[in-house]
Amino acid sequence: MALAITEDCVRCWACLPLCPNEAISAGAAGFDIDPQRCTECVGDFAAPQCGEICPAEGALVDAWGHALNPPGSLGGAPVAAAAPAPGPRPGC
Amino acid sequence: MPASLSSPSASAASAGCGASRCGGTASQIDALDSPLRQKVQDHPCYSAEAHRHFARMHVAVAPACNIQCNYCNRKYDCSNESRPGVVSEVLSPEQAVHKVLAVAAAIPQMSVLGIAGPGDALANAERSFAVFDALARRAPDLRLCLSTNGLMLPAYVERIVAARIDHVTITINCLDPDIGARIYPWIFWNHRRIHGREAARILVAQQQLGLEMLVARGVLVKVNSVMIPGINDAHLPEVSRVVRAKGAFLHNVMPLISDPAHGTAFGLAGQRGPDAAELAALQDACEGGASMMRHCQQCRADAVGMLGEDRGAEFTLEKIAHLQIDEAAAMQRRVALRAQINAGPGGTGAAEASAAVLPFARAATPPARGVRMAVASRDGRHVDQHFGHAERFHILEVDGEGVRWLGERAAARYCGGEAECGEQDNLLARTVATLADCEVVLCARIGMAPWQALESAGIRPDGEHAMEPVAAAAQAVWHALRDAGRLTAAPFEDQKRA
Repeated sequence: MALAITEDCVRCWACLPLCPNEAISAGAAGFDIDPQRCTECVGDFAAPQCGEICPAEGALVDAWGHALNPPGSLGGAPVAAAAPAPGPRPGC
Repeated sequence: MPASLSSPSASAASAGCGASRCGGTASQIDALDSPLRQKVQDHPCYSAEAHRHFARMHVAVAPACNIQCNYCNRKYDCSNESRPGVVSEVLSPEQAVHKVLAVAAAIPQMSVLGIAGPGDALANAERSFAVFDALARRAPDLRLCLSTNGLMLPAYVERIVAARIDHVTITINCLDPDIGARIYPWIFWNHRRIHGREAARILVAQQQLGLEMLVARGVLVKVNSVMIPGINDAHLPEVSRVVRAKGAFLHNVMPLISDPAHGTAFGLAGQRGPDAAELAALQDACEGGASMMRHCQQCRADAVGMLGEDRGAEFTLEKIAHLQIDEAAAMQRRVALRAQINAGPGGTGAAEASAAVLPFARAATPPARGVRMAVASRDGRHVDQHFGHAERFHILEVDGEGVRWLGERAAARYCGGEAECGEQDNLLARTVATLADCEVVLCARIGMAPWQALESAGIRPDGEHAMEPVAAAAQAVWHALRDAGRLTAAPFEDQKRA
């Protein structure tokens, strides 16, 4: 029973300090979860901490490959409509 | 700490200071605690004067974030709190300390070290405080500041005070959770991800509590807001009023950056940012609240150098890795340079430099209307420049409550010597046009031709206050106009139109 990090990871480091088992490491190729250490936070927290803070949909999967945060689950709320004719904007 | 935040004689309602070099009467300046002057006079982000002389750097040691903003794509760094683009290098705390010491040895103007991301300084608290604590020992002359979304702020206020961090910036985009729900899709709170309105409610509450706690402990607080047209633009004047009442020292309203190429939720949804006129109008609407900061450059989270420049490429890890730094000698150079700058050309030290920031107390009913003035000042503190020599004018808004610095305006320099004589009339007309919305021009001296040109344009030239401090001179002129009964009529703009 262990979670894994996919290539959708944005390498933001948010998960790393939260892991109660220090199972997450930042390698040259990306972030990794040590399957020997990962407990999916059972006994420590109600939900896996990496999955709770991860901002990237699909970046964390369980042993069956199911995304903890599937596409659409982390999206923003509906936002205001676009301006009728947005010109070039300062700062963009 | 600011007088308005800590002194029992100053009410919370009068809190708020301008990032200006000009303003306030002598008594107002005297009323400022000298620690506040010291805190802002060499901080390029807080003092419009300091940003010309002093440098700052941000170190990217804080990659993690504990909230999601719709204007941010975590893949690329926060496009609004730090400019678009990936932070070149996420540093370990040890690397960051080494980089700061290297930069501060190479650039003696370095006065401020900030941690502004690329995530949230307090979502990476151990990493951030490791840097602050090491620098407090090894470069104690540097001012430390951090930027946060505020979620974890109440939990770290004591640690911030202990680390002697004297400036904190909180990004506050709303007070209303319903508005917040349109800006923040989720937060990470108490080991859970929380979505929607409840997320925004918690975040807003933590931000406001953190602001209050910091002010109570004498930490200088600036509030940043991202202006999002149609979402929080109409709400931000209220935010400005509230954060000022609670003691925020500056309010910095920044335009939303929402290029779809950045991949933010707002960018992809076509949410537009404000244009320059909309931003200026909102900043004007917020003027009654915390003093507005108008020289913000929206720096990257790894910016190095003077405001508006980025010398980060000179100080990559590779380039500084084996650098030997004489830390003590470097600090001596910085301290000496700072003393020299603060003394200024003809300046008289801290009291004069303190004109950089002023409390801006507001009476319930203004006794007479405000007057916009332009000042020719070379040193930024005295009316010390000939009208014809001024390359730029300081624009002030003066009323019975104080003096606010609105910004600078470049002049067409019309007295440039013989070679340019043929251009003189044209240049003079252009300069006068630049100052068309000002009622008074203060200068040390002025020739007949420009005097007449200003008068014809309905602008009053004034050479009576040569070499006097700018704020005192401006206030004297305002009082004279009021006593002459000239400030009870319609505003200047209406008079001109009539």
